[in-house]
Amino acid sequence: MLLEVKNLSKHFAGLAALHNVSLQIREGEVLAIVGPNGAGKSVLFNLINGMLRPTSGKIHFLGEDIAGLKPHLIARRGIARTFQTTALFDQLRVVDNLAIGYRLRNTHGFWSTIFHSRDWKEDRARTTANVMETLDFIGLAEKAFHPVSSLSQAEQKRLSIGVALISQPKIILLDEPTGGLILEDTDEITDLIKKIYKVAGITICLIEHKMRMVMDLAHRIIVLNFGSMIAEGSPEEISKNPEVIEAYLGAEYLA
Amino acid sequence: MPAIRFLLKKWFYVLLLVLAMALPFLITNRYYFQIVIMGCLFSITTLSLNLILGYTGQASLAHAGFFGIGAYGVALMTKSGISFWLALPLSALFAALIGFLIGLPTLRTRGSYFAIATLCFGVIVSIVAGSWIEFTGGYTGLVGVPHPTPLPLPIIGVIGFETQTAQYYLVLAFLLLTLLVMHRLVYSLLGLSFMAIRNNEALAEAVGVNTFAGKILSFVVANFFAGLAGGIYASLVGSISPSTASIDLTFSWLVYLLLGGAATLAGPIIGAFVIPVIMEYLQFLQEYRLIIFGALLIAVIIYFPRGLMGGFSTLQQRVREFYGQRRGVKHAVRS
Repeated sequence: MLLEVKNLSKHFAGLAALHNVSLQIREGEVLAIVGPNGAGKSVLFNLINGMLRPTSGKIHFLGEDIAGLKPHLIARRGIARTFQTTALFDQLRVVDNLAIGYRLRNTHGFWSTIFHSRDWKEDRARTTANVMETLDFIGLAEKAFHPVSSLSQAEQKRLSIGVALISQPKIILLDEPTGGLILEDTDEITDLIKKIYKVAGITICLIEHKMRMVMDLAHRIIVLNFGSMIAEGSPEEISKNPEVIEAYLGAEYLA
Repeated sequence: MPAIRFLLKKWFYVLLLVLAMALPFLITNRYYFQIVIMGCLFSITTLSLNLILGYTGQASLAHAGFFGIGAYGVALMTKSGISFWLALPLSALFAALIGFLIGLPTLRTRGSYFAIATLCFGVIVSIVAGSWIEFTGGYTGLVGVPHPTPLPLPIIGVIGFETQTAQYYLVLAFLLLTLLVMHRLVYSLLGLSFMAIRNNEALAEAVGVNTFAGKILSFVVANFFAGLAGGIYASLVGSISPSTASIDLTFSWLVYLLLGGAATLAGPIIGAFVIPVIMEYLQFLQEYRLIIFGALLIAVIIYFPRGLMGGFSTLQQRVREFYGQRRGVKHAVRS
């Protein structure tokens, strides 16, 4: 088991954003988390990556409890994520964003930087190689030196996945990777995600609203509603589950 | 020949350096030359303020406080007979250490809260300097701080620092050292993570950058150089007082930085030279010249958020985009 969440709850001033959720993410799978707005999906991601502290419950990653650790320490253990509102370093260039994504693999420190020592040179060479490789992987080699602000919405989404991907994490949490994109761009991102788990062999957990894409991608689906898990299963099982259809689409679709 | 190729590629910087070396022979007026020396010294403080404020995005207003710590350190040590060359690094390290201790609580706050907390520290330093009479001489300050101890060098012989020319070369050497360290920091992966903190702290943290450690490092290095400049100042000017650590100095450097161009390396130096010169020319306006600076500052912040150098590089970028110039992926990562 790669990641295991046990009885996880998060309360904001008495309001349960997430209530007693338990789930497992297996190595090499694509797990989709779906649910209406406000179901607690992003809260779950924020708890896993350390941006929020759980009110109660445990998060085990590779057998170790990581609940409450700082985000940069969790990132170092191999959990990468993207954000719903595309988060990038928008004052910097495409290559700089990727290099920052790879920072956690750098080992050199302050004095190595000042004296350009050997470990600094090695880190720089390794970073350059990885940036180039990732640029090709996400299809942005042409835009390597462009400022992020000049990229299209779809390119920014791809870059944000690249920033998460470049550190070679064990799992990537994708928060609505195609939110706000048109159909063609959505298909491109879907292909990119497939490439990540098939070629790079990285486990993926994604939050997504586009059911067509979820059905196409996910091995397993978990449904949240009002902070609680209401269903778990294969895409076929979920698409036939009356409780899910009611929560997600409204009762009239049941007819 | 790599040396010749280097000279051809960096001819502009080489020219600047030659010009800087020749400056004592070009400027004969002692008063103007003193302005140049102060320009070099305040370039060091503005460059270091630039590291924490311009590159790391944390508006420290305690900079003159650390300048003052360095100044009092060198003044007290050299007056008691310790060599300047030992007193200076010790004082700068002491400023860095205090910076570390002050950074631990204040860097946990963000934005204007950090600015206010550091502002308070800056004010406290000058109050302590004014009140701790046995140690700092109170508001009269310390006078008779010796000039830097003569430096014995191989081949050249012993260099004294009594003349303005020698003092200028001393300050220029430390400015070049500061510039070298800043250049290495800024054009590095470490510098990128400083900029990542400035740009989006939450994302930087999520991709594995230890943002708190980054801010502390940037703050400590900035305060080291503030202390260093303060130490040189004390020794060259010969007398210091609580006004050496006053908040007015911090705000002067802030103006140099913002007008010259934050988050550039040339900007702080341009600011530290151009603005005092403009101030000199506007002497006849007396205190009214501050109104002009106020208006100028507002205009620059609105229209050129990255100052003179920022405006210049935006222009350069537009031209480059116009010609569609593209460099190879080989230079992918900032070296």
